[in-house]
This record gives sequence, structure tokens and C-alpha cells, in this order.
Amino acid sequence: MKRQVPLALCFLFGVAMIYTQFSPHQYSDAVFEEVIKWGLIISPFALVLAVVTLIQTHVSRIRFRSEHWQYSFIVFFGMLVMVAVGVPFGQLNPVFVWLYDNVQVPMDATMFSLLAFFIASAAFRAFRARAFEATLLLITAMFVMMGNIPVGDLIWNELMSWTGWTDGASWLRQEILDVPNTAARRGIILGVSLGVISQSIRIILGIERSYLGGGD
Amino acid sequence: MIYSKTNFCVLACLVLFLCGTYAFSQEPTAPSNVVAKDTPNDDGTSIAVTWDAVPEEFLIKFNLGMFRNLLQRWSEKIDPEDSFIFRYEILRNTDEGEFEVIVTDLDPKLTMYKDSKIVKGKTHAYIVRGVYNNATSLDSAQTAGVKASGQWFHTGKTPLFLAMLIFSTAIVWNIYHARSGREVFIRRIPGLEAVEEAIGRATEMGRSILYVLGLGGVDNVATIASMTILGQVARRTADYETTLRVPCNDPIVLNVVREMVKTSYLDVGRPDAYNEDDIFFLTTDQFAYAAGVDGMMIREKPAAVFLQGQFYAESLLMAETGNSIGAIQIAGTDSEHQLPFFIAACDYTLIGEELYAASAYLSREPMLLGSLKGQDWGKLLIFAALVLGISLEFFGFNWITTLLQRVS
Repeated sequence: MKRQVPLALCFLFGVAMIYTQFSPHQYSDAVFEEVIKWGLIISPFALVLAVVTLIQTHVSRIRFRSEHWQYSFIVFFGMLVMVAVGVPFGQLNPVFVWLYDNVQVPMDATMFSLLAFFIASAAFRAFRARAFEATLLLITAMFVMMGNIPVGDLIWNELMSWTGWTDGASWLRQEILDVPNTAARRGIILGVSLGVISQSIRIILGIERSYLGGGD
Repeated sequence: MIYSKTNFCVLACLVLFLCGTYAFSQEPTAPSNVVAKDTPNDDGTSIAVTWDAVPEEFLIKFNLGMFRNLLQRWSEKIDPEDSFIFRYEILRNTDEGEFEVIVTDLDPKLTMYKDSKIVKGKTHAYIVRGVYNNATSLDSAQTAGVKASGQWFHTGKTPLFLAMLIFSTAIVWNIYHARSGREVFIRRIPGLEAVEEAIGRATEMGRSILYVLGLGGVDNVATIASMTILGQVARRTADYETTLRVPCNDPIVLNVVREMVKTSYLDVGRPDAYNEDDIFFLTTDQFAYAAGVDGMMIREKPAAVFLQGQFYAESLLMAETGNSIGAIQIAGTDSEHQLPFFIAACDYTLIGEELYAASAYLSREPMLLGSLKGQDWGKLLIFAALVLGISLEFFGFNWITTLLQRVS
């Protein structure tokens, strides 16, 4: 029963949700919206457990004096402040908004901005011309980068003036992105789509049941 | 010069005047062939009213409309009873009651109006009123009463439905055919072959394994695929007594993953090796999650890092940090925008569909392998459609192109 009931429910809801995608009827829409609501209702219950695990993790870090355990106090401090302000006064409270705008947002932006440096280091490794494919990648990347920078066309026009082909850098960049890049992406998307269909059928039919906890 | 600017202007004005005078001399007509019917393929909340297009001469007048005032000022000879169609009004009644104007300013070029403010379960009839430039108006004949109802199947999605049916049948047929026990060939996937190597390396080094499921929720197919791989990884870590750390960013995923890993440990007879604290919630925020995972990598220096699931901009932040600590990294995602980052920063990458093939590949269950063969049939069908479509396009036939456009 522990397995059969979830599998039966999965089959029932899977088929019903597929049907809602092909039916514009109001009842079909209502079923779709209702199921989405149920999903949203489940989340808060799971969140309570998640917060408990977060507290447990940091309490044990403090207790066992794990590396950088002092930072766990900052986690608790941040959590308590946001709960103390957000729960009684709401998300639109000026203090809550100020904390969000001046603490959370800049920290997110800092992490995001690190991406530029990580891209540079990853690109440096990827573009080392160790094999034919890597060399091809390097040359292609050079053209795309040339097309992306504002002075790319100026450099092209200066160096390649003898060809009589003006603004070739941006044209080449666009061609690379529009033709081989799009073709490769579409190939991946087709494969992914079929993979999703296959995975979904396996789940709906109960063949793939590892998400229920593995085994039979 | 023979044709000076003044001559040209005079000539242009004369032509406009003559056209205008001709046009204005036509009699205005009421909108014709007005039909109201239930809007097809909707949820029964609208009725579509259609009518014949404005005759060509009225359209000419409409196009000349901007000159009308100028022309009138210039010459009072213009017929005051002109017949510019200026706008449409729509009148509606409910259950044979009084007609009321529901729309007052419809573009005269339109030939259709979709009434989305109907009263459910009531019958509505319509009149289309043409309002002419001199404020005279002519009403069409009243339409028959129509009651809107929702459709149970969207006929416009029939090609998509058929395509889904064909692919599903191919997959299901192969799944059940595989039950006969016939061996199914599956090509070697280096990223999945390396799973054993990565776990072995972590065991030998006495370090942990970090498994990141990405940002997808439990409703995301990539996350579910990732969880099935995690189940297989957990069986091996239970066997080797290697620590498996799983930071989650979704509370529901956390609970499912805990249950999965626990069962995997039970299945291989090592429930004592399972530590619930190793699977924990970090945060739901994207970059805070990335910072948390990066911090774990720097502090704990896991020997192997698995990045499997749905990833966004944080993919490279994690992959590069994992690379910097020298961990063996196996990534897999269906987000095609993140694949280049993983390929650049990780040792092995499962590209797109390989992520979904992982559970079948690792478990070697015949029924799961059969579904992969069904996928290949689907690819073959798409490939055949593409080749046929391109070939037919050369000869001027666009049936396949049109069909594929409708499917998408």
C-alpha cells in the first residue's frame, strides 16, 4: 500500500494534467488551477521542516566548533531579525524593505558579479589550443568576441580592408550565433524534449519509482 | 523644368480631390453577413461576431479620410452626405431582451469581434452598427441567439496531441518489449561511467562527496532525473561508507531526497551509515545557495562534486569553485545555456537527454533501457521529418513545414 497508493495517484494526476494541456474547458482549467494550489499549500509545511534542519545544522556546527563556526551566529542573527521584522509587520514594512534592499540585494549582486571573473578563468582553460577541436573553439570564440566589442568592426575594417568586406566582425559573429550555434542548441532541445517525455511516461506508468524512495 | 514643385502639388491635389469626390458619392451600406457563434477552442467564456469586410471603395475613403477636413475647407463642393466608414459599434442583447451598445469604437478595418464579457448560460444576439463620418449609422440584421459553451478538446492542438501519442506509443511499446529480456544496446556515456570512479576516488582519499541538485523544485523533470541518479550514488556511498553531503534549496526536494537516500542505504543493508544531517536545507535564494555551496566546497574540500539538475547563472560559480579545489566533477543539466559552462569547468558533463538516460544506464533495468530505445525512435522520426521537409521544400511543397509549425 505504501507504494501502490502514491503510484496510483501519480498515474491519475499525471494523465489528468496532460489532458488539461489539451482541453480549454472551464472544468479542465479549474482542475489545473486546483492542483497547482495544492502544490503551493504543501510548500509551507515542507518549509517548516527545512528551517528546522537549517537550525539543526548550524547548532551542531556551533556545538562541535566546526571550521568557521562563528559564522553560524550570523545566520541566526539574520534569521531572527528578518522574522522579527517581517512576521509581525509584513513584507512591505520600511525596515524590512530597507534590510532587503541594502543587505540581501547587494550580496546577491556581489555573487552575480563574481561570474565575470569565473567566466574569464573558465574561458582561459577552455580556449587552450591543445587539440583540433579546442583550436576550432578558440578561433570561433575570437570571432564572436571581436563581433561583440564595439571596436571589433573598426579593427576588422583596418586589418581586412584589402578584402573590401566592411563590418565583417559583427556579421560573422551573428552568423556563428544564428546558424551553427542555433542548430546545435535545437539538437539539444529536441533530445531534451524527448528525454522529458520518456522520463514523464516512466514516472506516470510507475516504471521509474526511485523518486518514491528507491527499490520496490 | 517642365514639372516644377508647384505643378506637382497642384496635380496631386487634383487627383486627391477627384478620388475623394468619387468616393464620397457612394451610398453608405450597413455591415453585411453578420454571424455570431461560440468561439471555438475556448473555455466557454466568449462569443465571436464576424461580418464582411468593408467594400474596397470604403477602404479607399478611409485611407483618404485624413485629407477630408483639408479638402472640405478647400472646397465646399464636397458632398456633405459622404460615406466614410468611421467606426463600428457592437450591440448585444441577453435572452432576447433590449439591445445595448457594448463596444463603441471598433476599427473599421476589423471583421471580427470577440465578446469576452458574456453572461454564462445566457443566449446573446448581436447587431453590428456602421457609424459613418457624418454621424449617420446603419445597423446590420440581428444575428441568431448564441449560447457559449466550453470545448473538451482543443482541435488546434490535434497535431501536437498526435505527435505526443506517437512518441508515447513508441516508448511504451519498447518498454514492454524490453520485458522479454532481450538485451538492449546502449552507447557508452563517459559521464556516467565516471560515477564509479568519482565515488572510488572519494573513498580512497577519505573525503566526502557533494551532490548538488540545482534550483529546480520537485515538479521539475530534471530534478527528478537528478534524484534518481542520487539514489544510485547513495547505494554506492553506503557500500563504501563514504560521506554523501546534499545541500538542498527546496524544502520539498529536501524531504524527498532524505527519504530516497535513506531507502538506498536500507536497500544495501547499511542503515547505520545513513546520517540525516548530511542532507540539509541551505536556502531558497539563488546566489545565497551558490555562496553556501561554494563555502562548503572551500571548507570541506570534497573529492567528488555532482552537479545534476536544473541550473541557472549560478552554474559556473559552483563549477569553477569545484574545479579550483581539484574535485572530480560530474555535471548534468538540460539547461542548454549552462552546458558550455559545465563543459568548460567540469571533468564530465551529461548533455541534455543523457541526464534522463542516467537512471536507466546506472540501474541497467531492462524496462528503463527500453524507454531509451523508444526515445531513439522518436529522434529517428524527427530526423526523417526534417529530411523529408527540407527535400519537399526544394520542390515547392511545404506540407511538412506547415505541419511542424502547427505542432510547435
